Formats: sequence, C-alpha cells, structure tokens
Amino acid sequence: MGFLIETVISGLMTGMLYSLVALGFVLIFKASGVFNFAQGAMVLFAALAMARFAEWAPAHLGFDSKLLANLLGFVGAMLVMVAAAWLIERLVLGKLVNQEGITLLMATLGITYFLEGFGQTIFGNDIYNIDIGLPKDPVFLFESVFQGGVLVNKEDLYAALIAAAMVTLLSMFFQYTSTGRALRAVADDHQAAQSIGIPLNRIWVIVWSVAGFTALVAGIIWGSKLGVQFSLSLVALKALPVVILGGLTSVPGAIVGGLIIGVGEKVSEVYIGPSIGGGIEIWFGYVLVLFVLLVRPQGLFGEKIIDRV
Amino acid sequence: MLYRENGQFKTTYRADQQVFPIAQDRIAIGLLLAFAIVVVPLVAPEYLFRAILIPFLILALAALGLNILVGYCGQISLGTGAFMAVGAYAAYNFQVRIEGMPLIASLLLGGVCATAVGVLFGIPSLRIKGLYLAVATLAAQFFVDWAFLRVKWFTNESSSGSVSVAGLKVFGLSIESPVQKYLFCLAFLIVFGVIAKNLVRGHIGREWMAIRDMDVAAEVIGIRPVYAKLSAFAVSSFMVGVAGALWGFVHLGSWEPAAFSIDRSFQLLFMVIIGGLGSIMGSFFGAAFIVVLPIVLDNLPYWFDIPIDTALASHLTFMIFGSLIVFFLIVEPHGIARLWSTGKEKLRLWPFPH
Repeated sequence: MGFLIETVISGLMTGMLYSLVALGFVLIFKASGVFNFAQGAMVLFAALAMARFAEWAPAHLGFDSKLLANLLGFVGAMLVMVAAAWLIERLVLGKLVNQEGITLLMATLGITYFLEGFGQTIFGNDIYNIDIGLPKDPVFLFESVFQGGVLVNKEDLYAALIAAAMVTLLSMFFQYTSTGRALRAVADDHQAAQSIGIPLNRIWVIVWSVAGFTALVAGIIWGSKLGVQFSLSLVALKALPVVILGGLTSVPGAIVGGLIIGVGEKVSEVYIGPSIGGGIEIWFGYVLVLFVLLVRPQGLFGEKIIDRV
Repeated sequence: MLYRENGQFKTTYRADQQVFPIAQDRIAIGLLLAFAIVVVPLVAPEYLFRAILIPFLILALAALGLNILVGYCGQISLGTGAFMAVGAYAAYNFQVRIEGMPLIASLLLGGVCATAVGVLFGIPSLRIKGLYLAVATLAAQFFVDWAFLRVKWFTNESSSGSVSVAGLKVFGLSIESPVQKYLFCLAFLIVFGVIAKNLVRGHIGREWMAIRDMDVAAEVIGIRPVYAKLSAFAVSSFMVGVAGALWGFVHLGSWEPAAFSIDRSFQLLFMVIIGGLGSIMGSFFGAAFIVVLPIVLDNLPYWFDIPIDTALASHLTFMIFGSLIVFFLIVEPHGIARLWSTGKEKLRLWPFPH
C-alpha cells in the first residue's frame, strides 16, 4: 500500500511538471490558434539562458551571492524570452496570418530547429546546472500510518508547489487583469476582439511572452532536476498528450491532464511494465489519449467541436 | 516560345483527360525518364548515388504516400516513421523466416503489413480531426518504436537489437552496386508514381479531396467517410511501408528502430508541406529539397574552406535549416509545386502577359 501511494505521489509530481509545459501550449493555442511545437525548444532555450546568465553574471560583475546571480539570470532569461516572442510574432506568425493549421504547425517546427541551434550556438552545448537551492534530500511522510512511511523527494515536492503557484498565478492573471481579459477575448474570437479595438499583434507578443515565462519556469525546474541539456527539449513530446487529453483550449484541462498522465504513466510502468518488456512510459500517455479521444474527440475539457456545412 | 499548346486540338475525351494534356509536357517527362534511367547511371559518381539519389528516391516514395493522406485526404499524420518501420521490419521477417522468399514479394508484403497497421491507427480519424488526430497518430509512432525495440520476436531475437539483410537478388540479378540499387528504387518510384497519379485523378481521389475540403459536406452528398478515410490511410501506409522496406533493405542494409524515429516523420511532413500539399509533383520537389539541403549546408564550410568547429557547424545547420523552412512557408505556403505551376503559367503567356 505504501509503495502504491509512493508511486502515485511521484506520478502526481511529474504530472504537475508536465502540465507546466502543457500550459505553454494551451496559452498559445487559445490566443492564436497556433499549435506551438516549439514549446520544448523554448524550455531548453530559456533554461540555457538562465543557467548561463547565472554563471556569467558573478564572473563579470564580481559578486558572490548565489541569490543575486540566480535573480539576474532569471531576469536576463526573461528578457531574452520576451525578445524571442517579439521576433517570432514579427518575423514568423505575423506573416502567416490566416494560413492553415498545419502550415503554422510546420512553421513552429522550423522555429524549434532554429531555437535549438541558436541556443546551443550562443550558450554552448554542455550540460549546465541550475541551482536555485531546492533541497534534494528525501523525506518520509505518514510514518505513523504505514510501516516505513511514504518516501517523497523534497525537490519534487517544491517543484510541484512552484508549478501549482504558477498555475494559480496565471489563472488570476487571465481572470482579473485587463490584459488577461483581452487575451480571453482574442481566444474567443479574433475578429470580434479586433473590432472592439484589441491590438492582435500586441496580444500575440504578450501571449508568447507568457508562454516564454512558463517555459522558463518549466526549464528551471526540469533543469535543476535533470541538468540543462539538449534532451530538455524532448519534454515537449511528453507534454503533447497532456495537452490533448485535457483539451487544447482548456487551462484546467492541462493541469488535470498532466496529473492523470503523470500518475497513469508511473503506475502502469511499475505494475504492467515488467510483464510486457518495460519502458512503456514512452507510449502510455499517447495510447491513453487515443482511447479517451475516441470517446471525447475534443479532450476532457475542450470546447465541443461542432461541424456545420 | 516553345511552351505553347495552341494547335493541339483534343477531339476525344480520352485525349482531353490524359495525365499530361500538353504535348511539350509529355516530351519533357519522357526526356526526364530517359535521363534518369539511362544517363544518370552512366555519369553519376558513386557518392552521389549513396548520399543523394537513393535516399531521394526512397523518401520521395514515402512522401508520395504521405501526400495522399495529408495533401489529398486532409488527415494530418505524424506517425509516418512508424509505418515505414512496420514495412521494414515486416519485410525483414518475411525475408528471414520464409525460405526462398522473393525480394519484391517481401517488400510488398511489408507494405501490406504497414497497411494493416495504418488502417488500425486510422480508425480514430473517423472521430478525431485536425491537430487532435495529429497527436493521436503520434501514438503509433511511439508504440511502434517501442515494440521493435523491446519485443524480440520482431527482430528475430537478434542480440544487438539491430537487424540486417544481405545478398539481395531480384530475378537472379543481385542488387549490390549503387547503380543497381538506384535503378531498383527508381523502378518502384515510377510504378508507384503512376499508380498514385491515377488514383488521385480517379473516383477515389475525388472522394479523398471532398473529405479534405469539408467532411460533413462530403458526407451529405453521399461519400462514405469511413471508406474514404480508411482507404486513404491504407493506400498511404502501403506506399510508406514499401518505402520503409526499401530504406532498410536497399539504403541502410542494417538498421534499428532509431532509423524510423519521430524525426523521420517530421522530415517527411516537411517534404510534403514544402513540396506542396495535394500535388504528386510536389512530393518529388519536397523530397529533393529536404534531402539535398542538409547535405549542402553540411558541406558549405568545406567548399569555401572556412575552418569551423563541427559542433558549431551542426548547430548552424540546424539554425539555417529552421529559418529556411520558415522562410519557405512564408514566401510560398502552398509549396514548391505552386511555384512550379505559376512558372509554367508565366511561360505559356511569355512574352505577352496580359
């Protein structure tokens, strides 16, 4: 029993991290109808920028505070992401307005290649560390309830907390600020939003910046867990089924989807995996999504797709 | 001045509806085929065959298959690599497990297996549309990758996980030298090219296009979506499967699942989109572009004698590749095929455009 709970909890934590990446997908899809494959590359790019700025800042400015270095790194990386958002809107998406979904998808794949190459060209291609001081030692919970208790990685716990805070923050931003309201208006209907004077281009830059921000947070958490390296951009492939499961247009969907897939993946790997060869984590999420979509083609929380002739 | 169709009067429906109604086109295609079959094997150096021509022919075949699904039937698939893998591994199993299996038969049977898997993963397309379907087809990609890596039976219990074939023979002729491989693949491509062209301009092709343009409307006018979508999946994955088998047998010789990874799926989708969705010609253009571009980019520093770090060079290649893709999508979202037809149109009016 203790072991099952342990697996479920570690699944929930991983799921929280998946939803963090998935959130970036949903934000951009809602506001611009672009399925942004580059989210994974953005995570890598942001994490690389953060890691390198935090490393360069003390070396060049001659101070020794870790906190200040991380802070400068964070601000620097955020500025880079905003610049990237502006450039992407300017050079790519602004010129592809009204194209078909698949063309936009391919354009973001092009951006993926570019960001991966560019990030590694200017920031280097080694494995870098991001150390924001998350404690790494495991703790035992419920020791009074079960024998041996439940082993939980403290780092995961903090990461999940940060992710949860992010999600709350974003929901509040969407719900209560005027920019958030404008974003929701654009998501509802581009044309109607434009006709009441919401500048689409600026909204897109904002959305891509917010997505860049989630990419940065995801990059920091994943990066401090796994080290900042090329494989970080593959996190996107893990987040894809999460987005689809929750529904492409739903922020809560991304969270719930992430949790479901995180838990499902871990539990199935532990309990079913060994009997059919192991490593089923790779496809579990996708196959689960396939079956869910057969019942609900718009995902769990997506808007119902209505076809009219 | 040469490219004119005036004076070519069509007196029968047959003449009006042939594949190339303009005489100059027929002559050009004939010359191109003669060039590809006779001249290229005589003059091209071995490197060209290995690095460009053979990969181009095989990937063009796969792109052709994918274009039927994505370009003609409008079902986005990111699982092409998986269907190629099924073709390759199935053909391998037929070849190894059945004594005296003819090569062509096992390649085609590989295609048949890919068809079965393709139709299976195509079933969700009846309910799922657009980007949702694209991600759903990724399930095929990851599942198949995993299966060929973990299930030992598919790889004939090979200890390293990679499989290899040797001593390819067709009708008693061995296929060893690059020229023979080239001609073998070319034959496949020509046959499938003719089949594809005739399918898409026939009854079934029109059903696919109707489904692509609007599936609800197509259903209303009496097209069965089940039949149309699944037949597109079947035809497409058959071609893709045969291409996969050729890729393994003829181009690689020995391979492991990584040869058919998700990157392959993306590469093929790039070919189809850069080349032109819904265009047979476009598949060839796209394949040529995507095969040749990375090679050119990789070799650029050597040609100009620029000393450059290999890691940096590969990152720069990534960057330039990505930007060129975006550039092409912006300049011509309908692909190179559209440029080609605009060019032809211009040529017909030249020198007196109206």
